[in-house]
Amino acid sequence: MWIYEKKLQYPVRVSTCNPRLAKFLIEQYGGADGELAAALRYLNQRYSIPDKVIGLLTDIGTEEFAHLEMIATMVVKLTKDATPQQMRDAGLDAHYANHDSALFYHNAAGVPWTASYIQAKGDPIADLYEDIAAEEKARATYQWLIDMSDDPDLNDGLRFLREREIIHSMRFREAVEILKEERDRKTVF
Amino acid sequence: MENSLPADYYRLLEDLQAVDFVLVELTLYLDTHPNDTASIDQFNHYAHERKKLKKAIESKYGPMQQYGNSYSGKPWDWNKGPWPWQV
Repeated sequence: MWIYEKKLQYPVRVSTCNPRLAKFLIEQYGGADGELAAALRYLNQRYSIPDKVIGLLTDIGTEEFAHLEMIATMVVKLTKDATPQQMRDAGLDAHYANHDSALFYHNAAGVPWTASYIQAKGDPIADLYEDIAAEEKARATYQWLIDMSDDPDLNDGLRFLREREIIHSMRFREAVEILKEERDRKTVF
Repeated sequence: MENSLPADYYRLLEDLQAVDFVLVELTLYLDTHPNDTASIDQFNHYAHERKKLKKAIESKYGPMQQYGNSYSGKPWDWNKGPWPWQV
């Protein structure tokens, strides 16, 4: 069971209407290393991972949904006052033709989200190494987004999300060590 | 709905976001460090703080959660904004 809470994990502010930045941010909404992929990857791996790591995958997977909501909020705030002409100038005309102002799970280039972005190998080390890589790729993406953005308010939220990727990566690395320790203990009687 | 909320709403919300940040951090940390009792004490302390803050926000601005994790006013007030992306 999941319980929704009517608040963002961290405040989201933007300085000005800027649909071009929104177009880039969609990468973290429906892209290969985005928040949707992260949440679905971790929550799905829980069912075959050793018990010691289920709590961590549950909690990080759940936090990813809070990040997904933050990205959606950024996109809404960056585009809500945009005219169709501004959407066109920002390269969002193709999006507008299909979705009007609705959000959709695709990446910055408009490619729709697909389950082939995520893996589930059933091997705990393979799965956790994938998770570490996913966090590092998401961290890099946030860095490229911050580098392209000139909106200080938006960047405050993006920096928070970038830091969360670092923490998640660290926790997954610790989980790998916990499983290695358990494996080594089992071979010695 | 936007900008019609008093400064008090944003202050309380940020207080809760700050306490919840501590709780999220400690949750993930304790998932991989389950024997750190000092951190568990800190976790329980902030879990109590969050309960108080949630109550303070809900008494003025309505339920934060539903499915019975918050009480409802009359009429049913869960549908009432603002939703997080509207503030």
